[in-house]
Amino acid sequence: MTLLEAARTVGIDIPTLCHHEKLAPYGACRLCTVEIVREQHSRLVASYCYPAEDGLVVKTETNRLSKIRKILLELMWARAPGIAPLREYGMRYDITGVRTIREFVIGYEIKTRFETEPTFCILCGLCVRYCAEIKKKHAIGFIGRGTQREVVFFPKIARKECTGCRECFSLCPTGILPPHYALAEVSSTK
Amino acid sequence: MVLELTKIDEIINKYGADKAFLIQVLLHVQRENRWLSKDALIHFSERLSVPLTQIYHIATFYKAFSLIPRGRHQVTVCLGTACHVRGSPHILERAQQFLGISPGGTTPDLKFSLKSVNCLGCCALGPVMVVGRKYHGKLSVSKVGEILQSYGQEE
Repeated sequence: MTLLEAARTVGIDIPTLCHHEKLAPYGACRLCTVEIVREQHSRLVASYCYPAEDGLVVKTETNRLSKIRKILLELMWARAPGIAPLREYGMRYDITGVRTIREFVIGYEIKTRFETEPTFCILCGLCVRYCAEIKKKHAIGFIGRGTQREVVFFPKIARKECTGCRECFSLCPTGILPPHYALAEVSSTK
Repeated sequence: MVLELTKIDEIINKYGADKAFLIQVLLHVQRENRWLSKDALIHFSERLSVPLTQIYHIATFYKAFSLIPRGRHQVTVCLGTACHVRGSPHILERAQQFLGISPGGTTPDLKFSLKSVNCLGCCALGPVMVVGRKYHGKLSVSKVGEILQSYGQEE
């Protein structure tokens, strides 16, 4: 049992965006980060992946954690502005957008703290993992790395497997999968 | 240009068609063929029973793999700090002009591919340009054309 599961069984809520009870621990979004205390030293771990043990002291809400979660939420907000789960957690951690910094004012334009193109994908991997682990179809996968990393449907496989399934659509926290799928459909007919 | 699937099969067999050697197989084919074609990737997926998504995941992650054809001679110009202050941007410019391609590109005759890197770890040789595995150090702009020409002629 992981720390996250243990916390949920006793009614302690830890924020997550990439968690799914049927899928193997993954820890992509890092929102589930908690502090574990051992011999007066505290350490940050992803509660989604860390195994629970007897007598372990775990802190789920501290100043340090809310700072970390705030930054993570902002980074994700820059990629997927205003999506529902981010707004929800945003209320809790006092974020309504990406912070602006006055020093960055160029002309009349206020530059955002994190400059990036909104892709409406936070790379939680729910769709990819669900397709691989539960459906075993491998119709959607990650390509690229770093800032170029993205999720794509593989037209050849998607044409065969996705028509009757589309179960990943409802898993996606940002709802960007239908347009991705439409793109794959177009390129598979070529 | 494209490595035949029988040749790829030979390489796969050399590694015992074991999916644990996927990256080794990919590297081997990359070395022989200088790129990984779509057909090759699909073939790996079938022979090694690894999902195609996973193969793309790996092939697009490591810079050692290329999904587009690369030239016979890989030309690498160092733009690290030490090379930069000794004028490597001019070297790169000259190489671009000679080959008619920009960094990341490949000449249409597939002889040369050009790229820039941020340090090769041999700053004492700067400015440095690597062609294939040979390091050309302490370069001047006037030598670049000559060196590239010598590679272009050999066949």
